[in-house]
Amino acid sequence: MNILAGLIAGAARLISGVNVRWIDSEPDPRQTVYFANHTSHLDFVVLWSSLPAAIRARARPVAAQDYWERGLRRAVAVNVFHAVLVARRQAQPAPDPREAIDHMVEAMGSDNSLILFPEGTRGTGEEVAAFKSGLYYLCQRKPELRLVPGYLSNLNRILPKGEFLPVPFISRLTFGPPITLKADESKAEFLERARETLCRLRNL
Amino acid sequence: MKNLDPQLVWAFAGVLGLLAVSSLIGLVLKTAIKKPEAQATISNLNARIGAWWIMSAIFALTLVIGPVGSLVLFGLMSLLALREYVTLLPTRRADHRTLFWAFFIFTPLQYCLIGIQWYGMFAILIPVYAFLFVPTRMAIAGDTGAFLERASTLQWGLMICIYCLSYTPALLMLKIPNYGRPAKLMLYLVLVDQLSDVLQYVWGKLLGRHKIAPVISPNKTWEGFVGGIATATAIGAALWWMTPFSPAVAAAVSLTITCMGFAGGLTMSAIKRDRGVKDYGTLIKGHGGILDRMDSMCFAAPVFFHIVRYFYVR
Repeated sequence: MNILAGLIAGAARLISGVNVRWIDSEPDPRQTVYFANHTSHLDFVVLWSSLPAAIRARARPVAAQDYWERGLRRAVAVNVFHAVLVARRQAQPAPDPREAIDHMVEAMGSDNSLILFPEGTRGTGEEVAAFKSGLYYLCQRKPELRLVPGYLSNLNRILPKGEFLPVPFISRLTFGPPITLKADESKAEFLERARETLCRLRNL
Repeated sequence: MKNLDPQLVWAFAGVLGLLAVSSLIGLVLKTAIKKPEAQATISNLNARIGAWWIMSAIFALTLVIGPVGSLVLFGLMSLLALREYVTLLPTRRADHRTLFWAFFIFTPLQYCLIGIQWYGMFAILIPVYAFLFVPTRMAIAGDTGAFLERASTLQWGLMICIYCLSYTPALLMLKIPNYGRPAKLMLYLVLVDQLSDVLQYVWGKLLGRHKIAPVISPNKTWEGFVGGIATATAIGAALWWMTPFSPAVAAAVSLTITCMGFAGGLTMSAIKRDRGVKDYGTLIKGHGGILDRMDSMCFAAPVFFHIVRYFYVR
């Protein structure tokens, strides 16, 4: 599976032409949550393939159970990417959100990292939507957790929502310095601060 | 190995010698000059030389493989160049399928036409059919915002990145009496054009004082322009033996190649300044993207092709 993962990572970098930049930040093998804006089905695989191989091997994407649960998709998601599948709020019957957090904490163990798209669903690429609460609850459970923002540009142009054939563009991934939850921070304050940290990377 | 005619081998031996000498000079500069302000220039120079080794090896390999090798190489370069170009365009969601046609239908088709030697269709596929197809497909997509800007910038990109660039391997279609295989003519064009770029850079770094177009390109100087064009033209004339030209004609043709190349570099730089970027990409270490390297070829190749075709093909 390591060879397959390497091939997929190489193909993802080739197709997306991704130019990876670490600004005031650098790859760090410590346990981290990488959070990014979400505009394309390619987002996860491009972000994942842009991490150095050693970090990539321990970075698990958090993905929607309803989309990834069936057949081949599930096989790839689980065996190659070690995806953490969580139920979305719109799933039927409505899931208990605490269960998803438990699931993520368990998946992280002591040294796995997560890749998370806190908007919850793909946007159009113009605005970054408000973050769902999961990021906050996760930090409450693991207060020292490092959150590294990664802004993805142009992936919505390569494979926009609703299209099935990709068109080549050069994309860009900008990582910024890590943030952590502050002791006295409310949920709304924290989520907005995390969102702003991500948006600031857009024009750097 | 049937493509290895002796003149081609001599020309490549020359390139190899040039690369070796450049690497040596790069090494000497790196060890001899310790001034911190010169470090960036020298390490960029060495990166450029390193990239030249790789580019020359790839080009030599595809030339030895034969026409298919050259067509695949330039076809891929067209795709990569177009990718760099459209990334800078104000495309919209509605342009997705038009872009798909540009990349995956028109680009392969253009190079296939060279492969089957259908000159008549090669010459009009982009300027007639793609030109009319692009706005039609965009109209069908239904988004009228900035319509003319979207359609015309894409048409322009197809002309530069596919049509103009494809004229280089199109030389392989030409049947020149008493000349043999035109592969060495393609090498000649690439040599003169790229040497002109390199020599303009070298003369500019050594003597450059007076900026030629400060708004567009701070690195282009009159000294670089005159020195580079003159030396590249002289080299082009000295290489007359690998062309169907006489020495005097080879000089005139080389002057045309180098001047068109300069025009290409200037024009493609103007686009970069308009879009606020320094380079089109980061694919070639020290050079930038494919379009940063091939900008001069895009302008020189079509003119060179038509000069040869008009005067030397019967």
